[in-house]
Amino acid sequence: MGAGQPGNRERPIIMTDRTITDPKPIDTTTSDPKTSDSARFLSHLELDQPDKTFLDSNELVINMGPQHPATHGVLRVILKLDGEKVLGTECVIGYLHRGVEKIAENRTYTMFNPYVDRMDYVAAVSNGLGYCEAVEKLLNIEAPPRAKYIRVILTELNRMASHQLWLGTHALDIGAMTPLFYTFRDREEILKIFEKYCGARLTTHAFRIGGCQYETYEGFERDVTKFLDFAPPKIDEYEELLTTNRIWLERTKNVGVISRADAIALGVTGPVLRASGVKWDLRKAQPYAAYSDFDFEIPIGANGDTYDRYTVRMEEMRQSLRIIRQAVERIPEGPIMAKVPKVMKPPVGEVYHSIEAPKGELGYFIVSDGSTQPYRVRVRPPSFVNLQALDVMVRGALVADVIAVIGTLDIVLGEVDR
Amino acid sequence: MPEETNPSTPPPSGESKPAAGHAPAAPAKPAGPTALPWESPMVVKLKGQYGSGIREASTYLGQDYMVVEPSIVAELLQILRDREQFDYCVDVTAVHYPEREKQFDLVWILYSFSRNERIRVKTMIGDGESVPSAVSVWTTANWLEREVYDMFGIRFDGHPDLKRILLPDGWKGHPLRKDYGIIQQDQEWVRANLGIESGQ
Amino acid sequence: MLDYITSYLSSNTTPGQAGNVFWALVYIMIVFGGVSVAVMAMNWLERKALAHFQIRLGPMRVGPHGLLQPIADAIKLMTKEDIIPAEADKFVFWIAPLIILCASFAVYIVVPFGPTHAITDLNIGILFMLGVSSLSVLGVVMAGWASNSHYPLIGALRSSAQMVSYEVAMGMAVVSAVLMTSLHGIGPYGVGVGTSGTGTLSMIGIVQAQQEQHVWFLFKFFPLGFIAFGIFAIAMVAETNRAPFDLPEAESELTAGFHTEYSGLRWSLFMLGEYAAMIAVSSIAVTLWLGGWFRPFPNTLTGDTWDLVFSLFPGLTFLALAAIAFVGVRRMPKHPYFRVQTIGLAGFGAVLGLIGLILFVPPVRDRIQDIFWFVAKVAGFMYLYIWYRATFPRYRFDQLMKVGWKVLLPIGIGVLILTAILGVVL
Repeated sequence: MGAGQPGNRERPIIMTDRTITDPKPIDTTTSDPKTSDSARFLSHLELDQPDKTFLDSNELVINMGPQHPATHGVLRVILKLDGEKVLGTECVIGYLHRGVEKIAENRTYTMFNPYVDRMDYVAAVSNGLGYCEAVEKLLNIEAPPRAKYIRVILTELNRMASHQLWLGTHALDIGAMTPLFYTFRDREEILKIFEKYCGARLTTHAFRIGGCQYETYEGFERDVTKFLDFAPPKIDEYEELLTTNRIWLERTKNVGVISRADAIALGVTGPVLRASGVKWDLRKAQPYAAYSDFDFEIPIGANGDTYDRYTVRMEEMRQSLRIIRQAVERIPEGPIMAKVPKVMKPPVGEVYHSIEAPKGELGYFIVSDGSTQPYRVRVRPPSFVNLQALDVMVRGALVADVIAVIGTLDIVLGEVDR
Repeated sequence: MPEETNPSTPPPSGESKPAAGHAPAAPAKPAGPTALPWESPMVVKLKGQYGSGIREASTYLGQDYMVVEPSIVAELLQILRDREQFDYCVDVTAVHYPEREKQFDLVWILYSFSRNERIRVKTMIGDGESVPSAVSVWTTANWLEREVYDMFGIRFDGHPDLKRILLPDGWKGHPLRKDYGIIQQDQEWVRANLGIESGQ
Repeated sequence: MLDYITSYLSSNTTPGQAGNVFWALVYIMIVFGGVSVAVMAMNWLERKALAHFQIRLGPMRVGPHGLLQPIADAIKLMTKEDIIPAEADKFVFWIAPLIILCASFAVYIVVPFGPTHAITDLNIGILFMLGVSSLSVLGVVMAGWASNSHYPLIGALRSSAQMVSYEVAMGMAVVSAVLMTSLHGIGPYGVGVGTSGTGTLSMIGIVQAQQEQHVWFLFKFFPLGFIAFGIFAIAMVAETNRAPFDLPEAESELTAGFHTEYSGLRWSLFMLGEYAAMIAVSSIAVTLWLGGWFRPFPNTLTGDTWDLVFSLFPGLTFLALAAIAFVGVRRMPKHPYFRVQTIGLAGFGAVLGLIGLILFVPPVRDRIQDIFWFVAKVAGFMYLYIWYRATFPRYRFDQLMKVGWKVLLPIGIGVLILTAILGVVL
């Protein structure tokens, strides 16, 4: 299908202003959606004749994943290679699909809250914040200031943890083993704070609709302040290993370049967008929680390459610490829970609310039919949309770059597949 | 010393207050914010251009949306991007209302970097009807439309590669339709491909 | 028969040169066993050192501080199922690890651990070493091909390209070192070293040439020798597929590269071959540039006192290791659960101390000298290998080729030409 549509032909899907032009792009338009994906893919290589094997061809089709050490989960990328050069990619996703949106329709608003933690499980706090704020908006209530500050502190700590995990795995993908252990050592301090606050380390379920369930524990401020003093030298330590490392520079500079225009057209968000030079952060553009109270910078890159995304995220960690310091110093006293009806029945209507998760814009589109269960919850997953840019970023690059780009996109398959 | 606060008995000072924006205070009915007409130069211009093609333009809880006829969607989206600078397509999704004649709400969530404004464009289509694809307008619509197709079975005309994205290619049924049960599975597919009984 | 055996003891050449088959076999056994043990020790050290670089502990459970871990690993690998993929070319699959192993170990035939402590001394020793060690690429390609799988194939292709490119740069560096041997002096064994300007390719001859010229080739024509050594040191890492040039087995890209489909004993043969090759190329580097078996400053710090001082080093090293073991014993938890481990570590320390004491006995001390200094220098290189692995990210394939062909090779040729000119002028 789709082969004969003239409207589509005029504006090709694949960006044309790539540095490396591809003489034979994969013609996905002629595919038949009913055949199985691998058979369809192979047919582009004319391998359907029985006497041809992959060794006769100059082109090699390999399956990267779903079991592969560097695809960060169950991502499957079908690569068409000419030697080491990537001619095209196709992502096959859905191996971790749990039907989160369907589950939401069969649970009450409160019951669905823990499920969102399981999407982007390395930034569970952010997911919870987005969902709680979306439902609060639908209920037309607002969390008290103290709850908002607690939310900001935990969310920013979580951003830091998420970026640390990204850094470790990204560096490991590129072959540097050591940063992984350093980042895990320091991420542990954040997880300890989470554990002390709500008992869980990963899928925290830290927030409730209307505020927070738990008051901060005794010494929370002290722990957070201690972490604020502990973390900056550690970030310097990671940078010492990588930022000026010759091999790291060669592996990341001009790799996976995505231009500003491409980035906007592909809808990528978060550090990936900012590295392409778009100074846009939802925390500044449409402040939520208590972000309008704090002073922080939005780091941006210039070239939109892997190195810029690296520097942007490193700077974001520092900015997160800056926000946390302001929040801890200024945390107000007061209640932590708004007046929320015992049985939540939001009025009929729909809202879209999005936050700046560590990976980009995480949005919730919630439709209420006036009952206790949401009529529809749509999650706008940043990883899913960012992953779509993979093909544009790796065409014409080498196999090793595919790994680097998957790492730099910072995807979490739990969120891609939901 | 964590002090537990039960959500059902919130502290008295946590009064609910209306969200920022155009939401009405409506003191008589605190639980019922209503949709207000959405007035803006853009809406006026579009209404002048399409007349009744724009069925509704409202603001609910400070969020602007317009409901339009399916026939003008393709053109409208193009105009919104080119003329009104909504250069970022945040999301494409759908909602299923089985009891309605036009069963599906199709929703485009758009954002403009230059205006810092977010709007929703909504259209209603019946089962089996298709809408023009927005891939030629925003590249990002590619996967988002595939997901809508996968989950709702709505076809997009002119989509370059409309096939399932999260579910396997041979799967039957579209799980986010309301008539698709929560524990329902494609028994045949499970048996053929996994060699097990689905147990559901 | 007995005469045949004892007659060698009075000779002062290698068994190969003396034509004594019995002693040659004994030497082969010793070298094979020694290298295997060294590989196991290296395995343990790498895991421990790497772990400490990365704020981990490394193996701690099998034996005190994981000392028995290599043995446990060996047992595990030998008893593991040996999987051969159904579509694999069985014969090639089977023979590939053996080729790598044989190539890696055959190199040791000419490695001079001392003036007479080598299996033999070929007059084309260095040529033989380079030739045989590059045979292992054949095994890599065979392994990748026979697996009949994509990732191993890509790994094998990478490996062949990489080894061929770096061999060229390596060759240039080696030739410049060989040129230096021809400059002046006559070796005690008369192996081609002479004022006539003929150099030598013999490994023992190269070391002796450094002795004659009173300089390690590393410092000869400074900085030429240094640059040549640098080129070799980089190329040898690439040659042995180690980080940051470990592309053929890049874990995050190609799962495990050419040996993805291998398991159990066959896989361990690859590992054995890899580590043996690392030690072998380090031996070449030590022989060519770092004065082989000679102790530091053999010409300046002469005299009986200095001889005595340097001859104490082997024993002192073992005593130091024993001391470290005893510190470990002191720091062991006092819980009864750790009693066996504590006793084991103490025993290990005692054995090390005993060896150290034995090494102070004059006849042993004199004989062990050459081997000790050679091994100590090689060990330095082994540590560098670990250090690289903990520090560097991995090169990309095209960058690897770029470094090999566009950086190392031109510099190598330049160094070679300059060495030749300086050799004539000076």
